[in-house]
Amino acid sequence: MSTQDLLAHLRERFGETLLEARLAGDEVGIEVAPQDLPATARALRDEAPFRFEQLVDVCGVDYLAYGVDEWATEETTRTGFSRGVEAKVAGRLPMLEEDLSVETPHKDRRFAAVYHLLSVSLNQRLRIKVFAPDAALPVIPSLIDIWNGADWFEREAFDLFGIMFAGHPDLRRILTDYGFIGHPFRKDFPLSGNVEVIYDAEKQRVIYQPVTIEPRVLVPRVIRAEDAAEAAGTLDASVAKEAQDA
Amino acid sequence: MPEIRNYTLNFGPQHPAAHGVLRLVLELDGEVVQRADPHIGLLHRATEKLAESKPYNQSIGYMDRLDYVSMMCNEHGYVMAIEKLLGIDVPERAQYIRVMFDEITRILNHLLWLGAHGLDIGAMTAFLYTFREREDLMDCYEAVSGARLHATYYRPGGVYRDLPERMPQYQESRWHDEEDVRRLNRNRQGSLLDFIDDFSARFPACVDEYETLLTDNRIWKQRTVGIGVVSPERALQLGMTGPMLRGSGIAWDLRKKQPYEVYAQMDFDIPVGVNGYCYDRYLVRIEEMRQSNRIVKQCVDWLRVHPGPVISDDRKVAPPAREEMKQDMEALIHHFKLFTEGYCVPEGEVYAAVEHPKGEFGVYLISDGANKPYRVKIRAPGFAHLSALNEMSRGHMLADVVAIIGTQDIVFGEVDR
Repeated sequence: MSTQDLLAHLRERFGETLLEARLAGDEVGIEVAPQDLPATARALRDEAPFRFEQLVDVCGVDYLAYGVDEWATEETTRTGFSRGVEAKVAGRLPMLEEDLSVETPHKDRRFAAVYHLLSVSLNQRLRIKVFAPDAALPVIPSLIDIWNGADWFEREAFDLFGIMFAGHPDLRRILTDYGFIGHPFRKDFPLSGNVEVIYDAEKQRVIYQPVTIEPRVLVPRVIRAEDAAEAAGTLDASVAKEAQDA
Repeated sequence: MPEIRNYTLNFGPQHPAAHGVLRLVLELDGEVVQRADPHIGLLHRATEKLAESKPYNQSIGYMDRLDYVSMMCNEHGYVMAIEKLLGIDVPERAQYIRVMFDEITRILNHLLWLGAHGLDIGAMTAFLYTFREREDLMDCYEAVSGARLHATYYRPGGVYRDLPERMPQYQESRWHDEEDVRRLNRNRQGSLLDFIDDFSARFPACVDEYETLLTDNRIWKQRTVGIGVVSPERALQLGMTGPMLRGSGIAWDLRKKQPYEVYAQMDFDIPVGVNGYCYDRYLVRIEEMRQSNRIVKQCVDWLRVHPGPVISDDRKVAPPAREEMKQDMEALIHHFKLFTEGYCVPEGEVYAAVEHPKGEFGVYLISDGANKPYRVKIRAPGFAHLSALNEMSRGHMLADVVAIIGTQDIVFGEVDR
């Protein structure tokens, strides 16, 4: 069955439930609301044109810093490289130092869980995206009853992003250390972490202390617009004009 | 007489049969496992987060370090995702090189698995045999990339460089006298392709040797037959892929079902198990080595007669040749931009999966149009397999847990990421 057919079947079967259904390249992706997720998932597993027997992956996403770049490319400045490496954007700062969530356009739709499904019998794939309604306490229903393999994947998304999967029987941390604080893959969690482990010779044991390394950036995050070449053209003109004025 | 109660046993994280750093909390009733709770994450390096803080190409080397016994297959998944999002084509020769090295990697992985699995459950000799062949294959890695393990050889748009015309040779040293060197260099007189050709000619006999040691071995069968049975339905439910799924009788292989690169042109078979226990998965992997060898041979034959470019000529993604850069201003600019800023990938999301030796290795990439990925999610097959350990080991003896960890082919680099 082609991806086009799959998309048509999805639209026909779920109708209004689908917040979005689209084909990107050869991949079909849909978005549903969290409350519709379990019913949709069950239908996708059991019903004839879908038969997604397998949940391949669950991925947490934090959209806090989506589309935020560190280096304006539309116009140049005389401040040079430092404008990129000294910018204060998500993930650079120690946690809680500055509230970044107010500035970003993705405040309301911050946390998402992305499910990848595979049908072995019909040889097709599908991606489901679900946004958690509340960024302060992101809750998404668990799919562990529908695909048992969701167990660890959901624990991972909980551990790294703090997404709560309602109905998961054993939602413990999985990858981080015992007693870890915070959710490390959130965009406002610094890359260098908050604590480091050292051996204290005086106390003669391993202790935790605040990190001593400073976050640094070698390559700034740059978003080049489609018309970057065009912008560069106008830029050259303005630079030439400035030179003339001088 | 005191009452016998359940008790809890801590296994690992520093246990030779834990395949790295697995901590397993086992609830036992006598010697029978009631519940197994794997504690993972001791090797968690936040590869995904690191990748999100770097330009795309700088993370290829991290991929090697995920499943550090099948390096190039990890790279393959990652570069395929980037290529899909960028919409660039890979030259045919590069596709054949990739397929050839994917299969060499599969053999490497299965050899290590066979050796380690054997060692875990009492077959010492196989380990020594398999490492003999691994040595030759790692020499291929070294010849092509300069590194025996962490190759960083694949690039978006192709591979880093073409196959070398000369196979590196041993030199006399304190450990190898003249005669040794002559013997060791006997099959290294020609190009890398000659060496691989020679390897693929003698490898089936090596597999026969391993099979002589194990396939009808009574102890081996006692340790693996009937252990860790997974029904096809459960295998699907638990997200198993690769040999774990095929061992349960489901003929699913991405190389056949959703062919990528030039797998569609290759002639090979997919081995499938019947009963879904450890011994079946052993047979499946042994046969996979033979099939991989067939693919390697076909690639060698093709590569011998089809020279050509091995990396895309799209200068916005792949750097120009060194000589070109020294003479052409435009090439120099491209080189400079690629190695300082990298390339921006169009906004969108993509999931690319390869048939990794352990199962489906997928990379889910979200780009917001920047020169760094917004989110990289690595779908590691071992993660799903290990999550099934509790179910697979329930009701088995303590010693069988070791056989089950072995049959899952667990490597912590990818499980913990």
